[in-house]
Amino acid sequence: MLQQLVVSFVATAGFGIIFSVPSRLLVACGFVGMVGWGIYLTMTLLGVTGIPSNLIAAFGVAVLSQLFARRYRAPVTVFSAAGIVPLVPGGQSFDAMRLFVQNDYNLAIQYAAKAFLLAGAIAMGLILSEVVYEMIRKRGPM
Amino acid sequence: MQGEESTGGAFDDGIGEAQDKVSGACAETRLLDVCLLAGKVMLQNGAETFRVEDTMVRIAQASGEKAQSFVTPTGIIFSVESMDTTRVIRVRERRIDLGKITRANDISRNFCNGQISLQTAYNQLSEVERTGHSYPFVLQVVSAAVASGCFLIMFKGVWSDFLNALVCGGIGFAVSFFLHRFTRVKFIAEFCAALTVGLITILLMKIGLGHMADKIEIASVMPLVPGMLIASAVRDLMAGDLVSGTTKGIEALLTAFAIGGGIAATLALL
Repeated sequence: MLQQLVVSFVATAGFGIIFSVPSRLLVACGFVGMVGWGIYLTMTLLGVTGIPSNLIAAFGVAVLSQLFARRYRAPVTVFSAAGIVPLVPGGQSFDAMRLFVQNDYNLAIQYAAKAFLLAGAIAMGLILSEVVYEMIRKRGPM
Repeated sequence: MQGEESTGGAFDDGIGEAQDKVSGACAETRLLDVCLLAGKVMLQNGAETFRVEDTMVRIAQASGEKAQSFVTPTGIIFSVESMDTTRVIRVRERRIDLGKITRANDISRNFCNGQISLQTAYNQLSEVERTGHSYPFVLQVVSAAVASGCFLIMFKGVWSDFLNALVCGGIGFAVSFFLHRFTRVKFIAEFCAALTVGLITILLMKIGLGHMADKIEIASVMPLVPGMLIASAVRDLMAGDLVSGTTKGIEALLTAFAIGGGIAATLALL
C-alpha cells in the first residue's frame, strides 16, 4: 500500500511536469494524485466495484483540488488535471482494443462499455464536487 | 491682443480635446488588445472555456467597460459594448501549459485589483506568451518515463518490468512530442507514439527482457492519455459551455482512439 502511494505520488508529479505546473505547486499536485489513488485502492480492497470507487476517488481529487486552488491561489485545473490521471481506465480500454483486434467483438464491447462507464464515473465525481462547492459557497457569505 | 489670446486659448482647448479623444481611443484599443491577449494565452494553453471568458470580461470590467465574449476551443469572439469593433481571434494550436495559465491568471487578477496598469499587463502577458515550456524537453521526457514506470507498478505490474516501461514511456512521449511539431494532423502523433510503444514492447518481449507485455504497454501510453482534456471537457459542460464541452470531449475520444489504434495495430502483428 505504502509502495502504491509513493508510486502514485511520483507519477502524478511527473504528469505535473509534463503539464508544466509551476514548480512550487508540484508537490501539492502529486499529493492530490496520491490521495485519489489511495481512496481508489482502499475502496477496491474493501470490495467495492470499480465504478463507485472511481466516482468517490474522483470526488476526493476534485474536492482536494478546490481546497488547494483556494490555498495557493491557482486555477483548479492545475491540481485536478494530473490528479485524475491515475484513475483513467487504461487497462479496460486496452483489453477492449486487444479483443477487437482478436475479433472477439462481444467481449470487446463489454470491456469498452466498462471503460466508458468508468470514465463517466470520473466525470460524475468531478461534477459532484463542483456542485457541493457551489452550494457551500452560496451559503457561506450569508 | 485680447482677441488673439482668446482665439489662441480656444484653439488650444480644441487640440487638447482632440488629443484626449485620440488617447482615449488608444486606451480602448489597448484594452481590447489586453483582453484578447489574455484570452488567447489562456485558451492556447488549455484553460477551461468559462475561465477564459471570465478573465476577459473581468479585465474589461476593471476598466469600466461592459464586454461580451464567446470562446470555443478554436477561436475567440470578443466585443466591448461601448465600442463598435468586435474582434475575432482564431486559435489553431493548443498545448497544455498550466504554468502559463496560472501566470496569466495572476496578471489579470493584479490588473483587476488595480496593482498594475494596462500597459504593464500587456507587456507581462506578451512575455508569458513568448516564453516556452517551463521545463526543458529532456526533463519532460524523463518525467514521462518515470511516470510510466510508476504506472506500471500501480497497474499491478512487476518491478522487473519497471525499466522496460521507463524506456517505452520515455520514447513514446518523445515521439509524440516531435510529431506534434512536424504535423498539424493532431491524432497522427498519438497513433505513431502508441505504435512505437507497441513495437518496442514486442521487441523487448522477443529479446526476453519483458515479462508482462500488456502492463508495459498500458503504462507506457499513459503519458499520452488525454486526462486534462477529459477534465476540462467535463468542467466546460457543467459551466454550460456546451459547444466547447462536446468538442473537447470528441477530441479526447479521438485521441483515445488514436492511442488504442496504435496499440491495436501492433497487437495484430503478434
